[in-house]
Amino acid sequence: MKRIFLSFLIFLVGSFLVQTKAISYSSDPESFISEVIDEAKVILSSSSSSEEKADKLSLIALKIVDIKGLAYYTLGKKRKELTPEQLKKYEDLFEKYFLKSFTSRLTDYSDPKISVLSSEVVNNKYTIVKTMLLKTDKKPEVKIDWRVYTKDPDNPLIRDLIIEGLSLARTQKEEFASVLSTNNNDINALFSTLEKFVNK
Amino acid sequence: MLKRFKIFTVITVLSMVFLTNTNADEKYTANECFEKFSRGTLKFNQGLDKAIFKPIAKGYRVLPQPIRTGTNNFVSNLRSLLSFSNNVLQGDLKSAGNTAGRFAINTTVGILGVFDPASKMGFEKKSREDFGQTLGVWGTGPGCYFVLPVLGPTTTRDAAGLIGNVFVDPVYHLTHNSETDIIVGNENLSEHNYYYYRGTDAVDFRSKNIESFESLEENSIDFYASLKSLYLQNRQQRILNSPISNRDSEDSDWEEIDNQ
Repeated sequence: MKRIFLSFLIFLVGSFLVQTKAISYSSDPESFISEVIDEAKVILSSSSSSEEKADKLSLIALKIVDIKGLAYYTLGKKRKELTPEQLKKYEDLFEKYFLKSFTSRLTDYSDPKISVLSSEVVNNKYTIVKTMLLKTDKKPEVKIDWRVYTKDPDNPLIRDLIIEGLSLARTQKEEFASVLSTNNNDINALFSTLEKFVNK
Repeated sequence: MLKRFKIFTVITVLSMVFLTNTNADEKYTANECFEKFSRGTLKFNQGLDKAIFKPIAKGYRVLPQPIRTGTNNFVSNLRSLLSFSNNVLQGDLKSAGNTAGRFAINTTVGILGVFDPASKMGFEKKSREDFGQTLGVWGTGPGCYFVLPVLGPTTTRDAAGLIGNVFVDPVYHLTHNSETDIIVGNENLSEHNYYYYRGTDAVDFRSKNIESFESLEENSIDFYASLKSLYLQNRQQRILNSPISNRDSEDSDWEEIDNQ
């Protein structure tokens, strides 16, 4: 009994240590992005199936991206018109949409080579970490800037990716606004568009 | 020559009179001109791309890397002449000097631009300039957004810029001016070479973006809106010659979300 208890305790402490190592990132934005890239690289270059890679990348995204903030930002002023139930439904749908879109874009890269170049503190809330996706035989090099939200210095979060100067968050926001405007500003139309995307 | 100059002046003046925005917020946004038509045109362009341009781009990609790099260098070197004209028109003499230096070195040491020794000698490869950007630098707003058949997304200002390019592009004049043929006495400078060069440039661009376009199409809930947003952002940063990343942090929406 004592041995079983001891084994259980070792397993528990071990799991905790492994998990703690897996979820703790540096508070320095540049190191934070470096760690995230390294973690993603290991997953992307592994022999796992695309689905397994997507699942693992989703777990990382949930920890490092301000998905809730991004959901509100993407919806723009429309979020103020939603009922609490609609807002909840939107948050859930957005998270699924974001993870699918995010992982689908990344799994195209089997062995990405990204160099972290520098970082620039914009203000006490934002730091831009500049990176470069190195060129391959088929693709040119791509500048990727990560907009890191540092209001809570111990827990930096990614709020935007700026690829060759083009903001993904802004693109997403304008895309959502277009879906709403072409459907008489009906939030249900956006819900069904997102559901269609998530289930395709 | 005088007639061309008159047309160029009329385009420039009309663009500046009708498209100048005094409101800074509106300077980089564009309303739709005729969205239904543009959405239809985009579908047509996607069909055309699938049937013609994408297969050509894929075929081009099969060529060995040194050939593709050489081709890219060659057309980029020719294209830099249009950037030079616009550097000057924008009053950006530092960039004009850099562009001229690159062109001189790459055309001579780099064997007609096939190689790029200028980059190794400290002449930085900068982003391309066109007359639409020049109009933007002069304070012209984008006007409205629409999609042109084959050529793709544009705005009223950038469409005027496309026409303006013809007047300020030295390569266009070298290939379209019969007087030049007499002076240079070279058949190779005939008109069709201009279109070969522009076509090669387009194929080279398309071949580098096969996966990016596929990913965008696959991951968009409204591809038309995504393309519009990316196009307008790209034009904005090219006119300002700086990335938009830092300015976006001032977005009032994020402020509101943070204070909720």
